[in-house]
Amino acid sequence: MISIQNLSKIYSSKYSPDPTVALNDISFEIEDKEFVSLVGKSGAGKTTLLKMILAEEKPSQGKVVFQGINVHDINRKHLPKLRQKIGVVFQDYKLFAFKTVCENVAYVMEVMGAKEEDINRDVPQILDLVGLKDKMCNFPRELSGGEKQRVAIARALIHRPDVILADEPTGNLDPYHTRGIIKLLLKIHGMGTTVVLATHDKNVINSLGKRVVTIDKGKIIRDEQKGRFIL
Amino acid sequence: MTTSLKRIIKSGWKSFFRNIGLSIASVFIMIMVIFMVSTLFLLGPVSDALISSVEKKVDVSVYFKENISEDEIMAVSAEINSISEVKEIEYVSKDQALETFIERHKDDPVIIESLAELGYNPFYDALNIRAWEASQYEQVASLLEAGVFQDLIHKVDYYQRKPIIDKVFAITAGINKIGLFFGLIFGIIAVLVAFNTVRIAINNSDEEISVMRLVGASNSFVRGPFVVQGIIVGVIAAIVTLILTFILCYGFDSRIGSLAPEISTYNIFLNNFFLLFLIQLATGIGLGIISSYIAIRKYLKI
Repeated sequence: MISIQNLSKIYSSKYSPDPTVALNDISFEIEDKEFVSLVGKSGAGKTTLLKMILAEEKPSQGKVVFQGINVHDINRKHLPKLRQKIGVVFQDYKLFAFKTVCENVAYVMEVMGAKEEDINRDVPQILDLVGLKDKMCNFPRELSGGEKQRVAIARALIHRPDVILADEPTGNLDPYHTRGIIKLLLKIHGMGTTVVLATHDKNVINSLGKRVVTIDKGKIIRDEQKGRFIL
Repeated sequence: MTTSLKRIIKSGWKSFFRNIGLSIASVFIMIMVIFMVSTLFLLGPVSDALISSVEKKVDVSVYFKENISEDEIMAVSAEINSISEVKEIEYVSKDQALETFIERHKDDPVIIESLAELGYNPFYDALNIRAWEASQYEQVASLLEAGVFQDLIHKVDYYQRKPIIDKVFAITAGINKIGLFFGLIFGIIAVLVAFNTVRIAINNSDEEISVMRLVGASNSFVRGPFVVQGIIVGVIAAIVTLILTFILCYGFDSRIGSLAPEISTYNIFLNNFFLLFLIQLATGIGLGIISSYIAIRKYLKI
């Protein structure tokens, strides 16, 4: 489904003589309906890799092929079509502050041109799934961290994307809420969605028993089908 | 398409009210900008009225010799009227001139007594000639002095008035130049202020705009609500400015009236009402749309 081929990303700054290597010639495949965890220390290159898949940044070398198309060859005008096939969950939630929970989740469906009756049917369903049906009319500032992250997951999920990219979704949460979010991601995966989870949470990885790709200093140092957190 | 448009309008409308603090600040700035533009627009008719009122007070008088009959004067008048620079001619007989003089100075016994002592009417029959523009008086005067009526004319009262006429001419040209200069400067300031206000408002939402792009929104779907907010700000500011302009024009009417009775700011407001409101709306909406369109551009490159 997603093929990462010889991908490198080098950031150069005019203020620093040494360029920063975020990704260094990495290659691997993500199959359809797979649950893959990307593991590494902060700054290992996990987020950069997810940004490349989303075509948020251009690689210095190599390519990302999503469903047979190199995402960096796609014209900016046509990028929304690619992104509508991907659901994204950010570590800092990135909810729309002036939209209610319901509107935050509905936004993605509106973007896709969904009918009003479909939105009215699907949004309460998905909020029920993430346990936030009673918070539909609240604004993000009125929610706890765990609740915000569940809204972010609902927003990533609402349009039934082919893949969900979750970038440190439990990074700001306590163990109790962390368990809840991981359970939710497993539930989504169980429904047939590919999940790519980037994290540096040892307990989360060890409890999953799924494929783990370990990245260190921009290189893949381990790729195991039933991996554990080893750094 | 219509669904998208409906959603964009609804989203812009909601954002305007949910961000009410920032919206009000933008409306206030926009009011100042539109007010500046309206003032420049209204200054045109006011300065026109001022200039024409001053110009009306300027004329060239031709005084005729004692023994010239009224018919001869009328013939001269008809001849002068055919000169293209001449706007209008008024005949004032020596009796009329005396009457006006007595009327004007009836409260001044010294003048009235001196006149009585003189024993005869010291005034001449005269033609007051008004030209279209201050610059044309010299031409008219020289035509009269060099023309065929030379023998009938006692005096052309132009050179005594020349300094005043030149001054009026300089003021007229000056007002137009200054108006254009300030118009340009204020216009540029207005556009920059409006643009920066909208830009600051949008800078506030830079992260949200990136997220909108990352969850798959097209550029027009992201930009739309901001443009709608710009339009709402523009319309509200235009209406408030119209009311403000009305109050000021009405309030200033009597004060300006006592200084320059020919100028009525209230009438100028009423006569230009639709054009003024159109300019105010166009300024508000136009600046709102263009500013938000340009300000949001750099965040859409993701």
